[in-house]
Amino acid sequence: MAYSNKVIDHYENPRNVGSLPKEDPNVGTGLVGAPECGDVMKLQVKVNPETGIIDDAKFKTFGCGSAIASSSLATEWLKGKTVDEALAIKNTDIVTELSLPPVKIHCSVLAEDAIKAAIGDYKKKQSIESKPAAATTLNAG
Amino acid sequence: MLKLPIYMDYHATTPVDPRVVEAMLPYFTEHFGNAASRNHPFGWEAEEAVETGRKRIAELIGASPKEIVFTSGATESDNLAIKGVAEMYREKGNHIITCVTEHKAVIDTCKRLEKNGYRVTYLPVQKDGRISLDELKAAIGDKTILITIMTANNEIGVLQPIAEIGAIAKEKGILFHTDAVQAVGKVPFNVNELKVDMASISAHKMYGPKGVGALYVRRRNPRVLLAAQIDGGGHERGMRSGTLNVPGIVGFGKAAELCRTEMAADTARLRALRDRLNDRLHKGLDEIYVNGSIEHRLPHSLNVSFAYVEGESLLMGINDVAVSSGSACTSASLEPSYVLKALGAGDDLAHSSIRFGLGRWTTEEEVDYVADKLVNVVTRLREMSPLYELAKEGVDLSTMQWQTEGH
Repeated sequence: MAYSNKVIDHYENPRNVGSLPKEDPNVGTGLVGAPECGDVMKLQVKVNPETGIIDDAKFKTFGCGSAIASSSLATEWLKGKTVDEALAIKNTDIVTELSLPPVKIHCSVLAEDAIKAAIGDYKKKQSIESKPAAATTLNAG
Repeated sequence: MLKLPIYMDYHATTPVDPRVVEAMLPYFTEHFGNAASRNHPFGWEAEEAVETGRKRIAELIGASPKEIVFTSGATESDNLAIKGVAEMYREKGNHIITCVTEHKAVIDTCKRLEKNGYRVTYLPVQKDGRISLDELKAAIGDKTILITIMTANNEIGVLQPIAEIGAIAKEKGILFHTDAVQAVGKVPFNVNELKVDMASISAHKMYGPKGVGALYVRRRNPRVLLAAQIDGGGHERGMRSGTLNVPGIVGFGKAAELCRTEMAADTARLRALRDRLNDRLHKGLDEIYVNGSIEHRLPHSLNVSFAYVEGESLLMGINDVAVSSGSACTSASLEPSYVLKALGAGDDLAHSSIRFGLGRWTTEEEVDYVADKLVNVVTRLREMSPLYELAKEGVDLSTMQWQTEGH
């Protein structure tokens, strides 16, 4: 398998490997794929509640070099974007940037799924979070 | 000085021993005759060279030279043995017994026969990669004409109980073929001690050239009859037509002679190196698993699954080492190794397996380099593996719900 230099660079020097605290209300976690398919991606975003901008993004990936590179690139792109801008990232952007061959397109699809899952988790937390917050205000009053 | 890349894929193929090349060279230019030319010295020389090769190969496996049929390689030998017996003994029966971990040359040949009205039993393997003799006995019926079970598996190096299978086949009067490609030349293999009726062997797996192989066909007790699969000039006692590959056969013979005389020393050296590799990997990493029996295994073979890392990314990290992987990503099929799955390994462990094949030119320095490199790469990949993180948190991955919609 011939990899592009960008894939090799992300594989050898992955950006933003690691984990953010799952319980943090400002952190959204996406876990997609399955071990038997040979790819599992965990992608996390931390959103600044003041600005709505993604301050930090981390990933961990079990998968081939293209899967690692796709998720590493995704975390780079996520930082500094708003939640809505993040949702606009398409798998085809990743394919183009990394010059992924056709057999590796599923890696970019998985990265897009991981972004959507992480943002979805963040939004879900925010909607739940806002209700008890309202309740607290009531009690305090 | 360590030379990169390091070759550790001797199950796939072996380099030709320089002594073999030397033996072959005159047969390309000087002694180029056709072994079937009976009326001039060019033909006689070629025939003599072929017969020397035949004798050396026979000696390696305890056969008579007349029992060696030359082919283009072991795939052809497997096809000839299985299809040849099936066709020849059709009136006696139509049932064949084989095993799920056989090489595709055997499995796909059997599948083709199934389309033509034959019945095939694919015996499962136990966790150690070996078949159960009780299951073999239970599978035998009135219509069983052939048992074909490989001697050593190409992916995991596990040795099947060939002598025991041979005894059962003999007792029941059923022909026994074995694909012995990975074993012959590496471990003692004697067709009479093992009661084998047919055996497929290949030159390029034992430091000989590619493109030449042989099928051992028993001539006495019983005399095995095969329907030829390639028609033509009636070479090889009518079993395999086609002009003989004289330089190839000369090289094959020389390779067989070297294997016979050097086997004991080679085996001891390679077993020590293989064990050293295994020990170093186990010292440096947790959660790694040897696939298949350790006891019943080729001395130069090791197949290891590295849990929580994916095979292709693992290979990418050791790209100056030539090994092979059970990962789906390295094959066209997108299915992980059927051999590892047959052992009961989960797909995830099949995806993260590496096959190491050591050989005549493997050094201790190379083994240490490969072991250390793997420890480093696996450690690094596990640091970025969500599965390793989950497992360390105590999550049981086998009961987890994965989001796989759309994949």
